[in-house]
Amino acid sequence: MPRYFTDEHEWIDVSGETATIGITDYAQGQLGDIVFVEVPAAGAQLAKGKEAAVVESVKAASDVFAPVSGIVTEGNSALEDDPALVNTAPESDGWFFKLTIADEGELEGLMDEAKYKDFVASL
Amino acid sequence: MRYLPLTEADRSAMLDVVGANSVDDLFAHVSREHYLTAPIEGLPPHANEMAVERHMSALAAKNLSAGEAPFFLGAGAYRHHIPASVDHLIQRGEFLTSYTPYQPEIAQGTLQVLFEFQTQVARLFGCAVANASMYDGSTACWEAIAMAGRLTRRDCVLLSNGLHPHYVSVAKTMGRFNGDTVVYAEPTLTPETDFAALADAVDGDTGCVVVQYPDILGRIGDMTALAEACHAAGALLVAVVTEPVALGALKSPGEMGADIVVGEGQALGVGLQFGGPYLGLFAIRDAKHVRQMPGRLCGETVDAEGKRGFVLTLSTREQHIRREKATSNICTNSGLCALAFSIHLTLLGEKGLRALAAENHRLACLAADRLAKVPSVEVLNEAFFNEFTIVVPGDARQLVRDVADKGVLAGVSLGRLYPDGDRRENGLVVAVTETVTEEDIATLASALEEALA
Amino acid sequence: MNAPNVSGWKPGTPEAPSGTSGITTVTGNRGLMLEEPLIFEIGTTETTGVDLPQPSADIARLGGLARSEPMGLPGLSEPETVRHYTRLSRQNYAIDCGIFPLGSCTMKHNPRLNEKVARLPGFADLHPLQPESTVQGALAVIDQLARWLLTLTGMHSVAMSPKAGAHGELCGILCIRAALEARGDARSVILVPESAHGTNPATAAFAGYAVENIPATAEGRVDLPALKARLGPDVAALMITNPNTCGLFEREMKAISDAVHAAGALVYCDGANFNAIVGRVRPGDLGVDAMHINLHKTFSTPHGGGGPGSGPVVVSEALAPFAPLPFVRKTDGGFELIEEEDGVEAAPQTFGRMAAFNGQMGMFTRALAYILSHGADGLRQVSGDAVLNANYVLRSLDGVLDAPFGGTGPCMHEALFSDEGFAEGIATLDLAKALIDEGFHPMTMYFPLVVHGAMLVEPTECESKATLDQFILALRSIAERAKAGDESLHQAPQLAPRRRLDETLAARKPVLAYEG
Repeated sequence: MPRYFTDEHEWIDVSGETATIGITDYAQGQLGDIVFVEVPAAGAQLAKGKEAAVVESVKAASDVFAPVSGIVTEGNSALEDDPALVNTAPESDGWFFKLTIADEGELEGLMDEAKYKDFVASL
Repeated sequence: MRYLPLTEADRSAMLDVVGANSVDDLFAHVSREHYLTAPIEGLPPHANEMAVERHMSALAAKNLSAGEAPFFLGAGAYRHHIPASVDHLIQRGEFLTSYTPYQPEIAQGTLQVLFEFQTQVARLFGCAVANASMYDGSTACWEAIAMAGRLTRRDCVLLSNGLHPHYVSVAKTMGRFNGDTVVYAEPTLTPETDFAALADAVDGDTGCVVVQYPDILGRIGDMTALAEACHAAGALLVAVVTEPVALGALKSPGEMGADIVVGEGQALGVGLQFGGPYLGLFAIRDAKHVRQMPGRLCGETVDAEGKRGFVLTLSTREQHIRREKATSNICTNSGLCALAFSIHLTLLGEKGLRALAAENHRLACLAADRLAKVPSVEVLNEAFFNEFTIVVPGDARQLVRDVADKGVLAGVSLGRLYPDGDRRENGLVVAVTETVTEEDIATLASALEEALA
Repeated sequence: MNAPNVSGWKPGTPEAPSGTSGITTVTGNRGLMLEEPLIFEIGTTETTGVDLPQPSADIARLGGLARSEPMGLPGLSEPETVRHYTRLSRQNYAIDCGIFPLGSCTMKHNPRLNEKVARLPGFADLHPLQPESTVQGALAVIDQLARWLLTLTGMHSVAMSPKAGAHGELCGILCIRAALEARGDARSVILVPESAHGTNPATAAFAGYAVENIPATAEGRVDLPALKARLGPDVAALMITNPNTCGLFEREMKAISDAVHAAGALVYCDGANFNAIVGRVRPGDLGVDAMHINLHKTFSTPHGGGGPGSGPVVVSEALAPFAPLPFVRKTDGGFELIEEEDGVEAAPQTFGRMAAFNGQMGMFTRALAYILSHGADGLRQVSGDAVLNANYVLRSLDGVLDAPFGGTGPCMHEALFSDEGFAEGIATLDLAKALIDEGFHPMTMYFPLVVHGAMLVEPTECESKATLDQFILALRSIAERAKAGDESLHQAPQLAPRRRLDETLAARKPVLAYEG
């Protein structure tokens, strides 16, 4: 299952037409302890680069953007009771939402793991 | 000047350290065209305490205060007896001169008080969560409407005709700017509230319905059925309480299904003060909406040694973090007034609040009965708490002025609050609290009899 | 993701230390540091500290809505009440205890004369809806204060009704919006410097505008070329603070205002920093169209642990017709209060009402007493000493703390520092918590956002040189420890009534009311 990354520190796993999206370990480290996550509802239409979710730490609220356009199939309900999952398992159980990809072409230009590692190193 | 500790020697030494010749040099970035080199002309120089006190006392003496006359004004601001301890405690420097508790380790006094206050308000209102205060009842009401708009994503607001007209005015002003449709009509002189009509009017476009309890004419309505109608239509019910002492006798709005309960806390601990500063109360019945609440919230936690402590929390809703996406722009609210309210309510306790409310109602009933005997005066209300409306022949506003000239503060005429029409110009709202004596009631009755003869 | 954790702050989970002296007590009290339970833990619903007549037989005129459910509101006797709140108060730092150097908050001494005159029954015991003939003295107070504010600012009119600074900001922006709509030129964008206080963009958004940031120059001021490039027919206003939140006077303020006006927009000035220029500069001379004044900042009304405040708004002649109701108007015989009905004729273009009743009268009496006490000469001295004190702190910390704009000349009433030079792993937060152990309330942290690890120090004019010297001494010591990487800073504060509190827990599992 290929995984891509954005320069806003989101990751996206692609499996056929479905994508799972979350934030990277680097991002959760920058945010500090996560206290609340607002995930989009099933059926929500997202546009690439636009706000999709909100993640809050004690002192900050940050937008999470949709890496690609699509329709949300599921928000991660586990985050409601346990937002700390984003800190402990950001790139697995701490996923934010899944969606049906509208346009596979939008995946072009996203970074692969190696490129993202370089990108983070340069920050 | 007694408030400025720096001496000339200090200034000299400090200017040396700073590397400037004079204080004026420190204003070098101000263009010479705009920099005033001498005190502004036409303004008096400094004055000592005695002179300032004399000046202010002379102005105070030009007013007829509530303690100097039989006093029956209410309409959203109430005169209750505030126990002497309250004012002493709020003047302790650690309360009076402290700041918003952003450094919780050295602000546990303020934070614990806020936690207690939030709990008291929530329990009084029959709600799950209350915030740490808003400016006053009218802005709390507007913020409730805004919150209901965020939750329902609808922009139609139905206001009861019993809502305080200043609160209506504020809601209309804000509605004008954010595109809400605000539906409202002035009250007519009937003894029933308009809750039934509102229940009929709620539909799928309604974001919220706003009622007042007791209302501006002193009427008391059961909002249970209205709450059900709102919920069936996907709308929220906002209840406004301008006299919190009433909840010592009456069912709470939360109990009857109101979703957001707001109010004016002035009646407890906070004096009349010619209109401010007052105390906005804001609570929600269901805790799940807490992240859409405006205002500060204080929460319980522990410190690094495991000791219980309190902190401001859920701050990401607020302006200093969320900036343009905040739930409100409110920053400074009404902390010291919240403290006064909390102290007064602690001194009363549940038992005292019930006794206070009963005494208010008893005296109000006495007054209503006595005024009903004044020729040509009609008491409108069948039910009321400590405030009711009487209907007089002729202009009630002029009547109030005439009676004031004789040293009696008879109440608030509806003409002061509304444009004429539907006989409102004949309406006079009379409030009776525990500060009113039976002698005062007799004096009021005589004054009205004389003026109406 | 945008802007992850700009402050660089993370809630810590320091190991519980043993305390400084290792002494434990049975009660948990430590000498004069007294633990105090909640009223819900010590009071009962049967206890009351007020003597009231016993309720007699049911009087049933309550429409069948009598309360039967218990409330759960505890009461305490008077001695217990006094003790409870006295003990709580002793856990608070306050201006009365020591310097409170919060940037842009202007924590100056709250004179007790103000408290005395505010409590005169002729002011305190007045109902807002009394007949006008019975409140002429109160209306006179409002009028006198208004005249002072207008003369000090050089503006045309003043709206006295806003309840606090943010409320005043909303008032000013709504005046601007009403004025633009009246001339058929509704615009959609408000420009805000990136260093602005959070209430500015929040207010603009609330008033229905899209908010865009204007960058700062390397000297910490508004970038005038960038501003000019952005101005256009869609811009309604610029919100600016002067002196700005970096503590610097906007030298090009008049040019900024001229550019904004030339583009058909208006200038809103956040008056939070008026203490720096009161009596020396009039915002009206700089082209400001509307400015709120925080009476609880420049004019000494007490902060009270979070309010109440008061935010009157001075406006230009162009905006005056749109100002909200109610307002006081002078007549031949005295004063009148213009409310909704009279407003139809007297203020046909008013944008409406911002709050019930007549404004924060209790703060007006206090502020007027303060102004009369200082007079024109005293107020000029206030800004002079405030600016001198801030510059003294700034220069005394040369080489100790990095001052990003220290090289651009004098600061105004507040000095801005950054965490440049701190060892890895030591943050502004740690320095602030260590200041608590030294007996000081920390300065404003992490604001303005344009400086990394910002520390904004505003001493005000009410601090003596001796106090400043002691504060500087403490800062110097802690800054050295920060630069040396002293890990014990993570344990601070160790001597306050509480150690660092778990804010993560409070946000993840909010407990907002007593549930026991």
